Amino acid sequence: MVDIIRTQEGEYEVIKIIGEVDASSSIELDNAISEAVSGGGKKFLVDCTSLDYISSAGLGVFMSYIEEFKKQDIHLILFGLNKKVANVFEILGLDQLLNIEENKEEAQAKLG
Amino acid sequence: MISSKAIIRLTSLISIISWVAMVFTELSIVFSDKNNLDSGFGNEIPKVALSVFILSLFVFFKYRIEKAESVNFVDLLWKVFVTGLITTIVSLIFRLFLTLLGNTKLSENVLFLEFIYLINLGLIASFLISTFIVWKRLILYQKSKFLLTVWQIFEYALLISLLAAVLPIPGLVEMEKFYMAFLILLGIFLSANMKWVAYLNFKQKWKSILLILLAMFYLGYFVFTVFSLSEDLSRISPQFLSFTSNTFLVSLICFIFIYSLFSLLVILFNLPTSSVFEQKLEEVVNFQRLSQSIQTEQSEERVYEILLESATSTVFADATWIEIFNSNGPSKFYTHKISVNEIQNIKSHINSHKVSGILEPSSDRSRNLNKYLSTLRSSRFRSILAFPIYVKNEQVGTLALLKDVSDGFNKEMSKIIDTFTNQAGISIENFRLLSEALENERYKEELKIAKRVQSSLLPKVLDHGVDYDLIAFSEAADEVGGDYYDTFRINKNKIALIISDVSGKGTSAAFHMSQMKGIFHSFAQLDLPPKEFLVRANTALSRCLDKASFITTSYFVIDSESKRVEFTRAGHCPTLYYDSETKKASYFQNKGLGLGIIRNEEFGNYIQTNCFGYKKNDIIVLYTDGITEAKDEKGEEFGYDRLKEFIEKVRDKDILSIQEDLISELYEFTGSKAIDDDYTTLIIKFT
Repeated sequence: MVDIIRTQEGEYEVIKIIGEVDASSSIELDNAISEAVSGGGKKFLVDCTSLDYISSAGLGVFMSYIEEFKKQDIHLILFGLNKKVANVFEILGLDQLLNIEENKEEAQAKLG
Repeated sequence: MISSKAIIRLTSLISIISWVAMVFTELSIVFSDKNNLDSGFGNEIPKVALSVFILSLFVFFKYRIEKAESVNFVDLLWKVFVTGLITTIVSLIFRLFLTLLGNTKLSENVLFLEFIYLINLGLIASFLISTFIVWKRLILYQKSKFLLTVWQIFEYALLISLLAAVLPIPGLVEMEKFYMAFLILLGIFLSANMKWVAYLNFKQKWKSILLILLAMFYLGYFVFTVFSLSEDLSRISPQFLSFTSNTFLVSLICFIFIYSLFSLLVILFNLPTSSVFEQKLEEVVNFQRLSQSIQTEQSEERVYEILLESATSTVFADATWIEIFNSNGPSKFYTHKISVNEIQNIKSHINSHKVSGILEPSSDRSRNLNKYLSTLRSSRFRSILAFPIYVKNEQVGTLALLKDVSDGFNKEMSKIIDTFTNQAGISIENFRLLSEALENERYKEELKIAKRVQSSLLPKVLDHGVDYDLIAFSEAADEVGGDYYDTFRINKNKIALIISDVSGKGTSAAFHMSQMKGIFHSFAQLDLPPKEFLVRANTALSRCLDKASFITTSYFVIDSESKRVEFTRAGHCPTLYYDSETKKASYFQNKGLGLGIIRNEEFGNYIQTNCFGYKKNDIIVLYTDGITEAKDEKGEEFGYDRLKEFIEKVRDKDILSIQEDLISELYEFTGSKAIDDDYTTLIIKFT
């Protein structure tokens, strides 16, 4: 049960994830990111303020793009993770590989 | 109860006896009258015998015809025809006999004439009553309660008239005319029920007309014969008892004649419209075939074929085709009296006239394309009607109907075909759902196997050192998960210990878990430092894990000689450690990264080795995220803090009790036996 809303804000695109990302809904997340990336944009903000839960399958989606982002010079920054979700990213070690910021302003600043 | 067979036999016997009785008494009355003798029989006896005769015939035919299973109307009319034929032939034989006799003395004999009259009377009575029972079935076809009541009144009224002829009730004779009129009116009223006619097809209607005409002919013949005979007789013998004034018989004759006439006219007037009824009926049948096709036919192709046949026959199309689009190749065609080449010609012609989309995917309306077709010189068709076929709101194809006359299709036809295509779409959808359900069933079966494989991968016995106890517990959720733990004795003092959680569920998770087991047993025996173990495991897994899969692991080496534990964490849940000196539990916060997340040599940069010395009564709890993420009814997670508090509470117990308490605490917390994710714990207590 997840809703993904994509909006273009200036030179970057905001991908807002609402709800829970589990094994089945991770496919939607994967589709959304893959569509966004194939659109040719290089700068993305992932709004996680309404993300309540993410399972290992959801983390797998982010993980699977790390190589591709690096190769294509794509900047993707996550922000607004609640404590529980942030903890899940940290335990797996993904916080070391993904750009994760407190809030939107910091994320925007990071994007430049 | 007497069986209906016995009733039929009994009534036929009674009817024969009563008829013989009637003949005997009547003849003796006439004979004695002629010879001025006393016959010894009352005049009413033949009447009574006739009534008994009629009554038993009535019951006889009631059981013969009314109880018969068949509701085929033509069969019923056929019965009338056959009864009429037999009775008429018998009657004709006697007439022939009479004619052959000519003007002999016998032909003038009143007794002989009387005998023939009585035979004819018996015959007409059986014909009338059998016909009456058939008419009853026809009239009461699709009966209402009201109709049934009226009919019962009619039957009882007839019975009363039968009794009235026998019983000497004074004043009844004057009433007889009115009573008869009442019966006839009732008969006319009942004759208005002709619902059965609508269910005859064209051929059956013709047959029915013929049969009814013949029945009317028999009726006319009998009436003529009986009346003329009785007239002759009454001239010769004054004592002769005429039955022509019998209310029952006359009313019955009138009723049967009226109903025959009505039916004949109704069928005749219905003849021209019967083709419409038949067509409607065929539509219903076709519709049913379409909707049932999915239960009997096990392929989508068959549904399209039925749609093609039904549509063609319903609108009398000269040619029909169904095109099913295929995203990966050319469309598939189902055709009726048209070649694919011709179809392509028509399609390209219509497209060239900028009527976009009608025969292509994504058209949403059916349209009449007649005016475009008329400009296609080479085509033999002048009308075309096209419909999209939708399955789950997605157009899968088109149905096109063609006729060689212009304006060949009307609104009615277009409506019917529209329902046909809709129904076909629903059938296809059902068919697909059914296949999916079967697929699911197969998938469940596979999961069962995977689950067996997975549980066989977990060790039955755990190795452990001299100065600690070790216990493990694992319970899989309904779906196959990928929790794994194992131990390996490196040497006398060193034990390697692992706990892993494979991302995802199902068969792929079980496969990755078996890969992890292979890696653990290969590398653990090399006595590698924990960090080196993870780096090598990552390299090995990078080649076999799919893109979005990873494995979290904690790898421990416990050395009983130096009393030290060295471990690394690859994205796995932080290890809980209870320190018996400070009496506090805490989580190790070392850096780590899941196996398979980075698939190159950089991986080692994200791994940090931890090392600590242990003492008596220290406890290590290893677990998978199924434990910390177990939710209660409100959706709150069991969490790290609860686990920590729990271990501080049970610190003094032995490991078996600790494990049992933890499991019961978890189930108490979630409040249900069904678990979302695998529960796995590995508890070590140093001694």
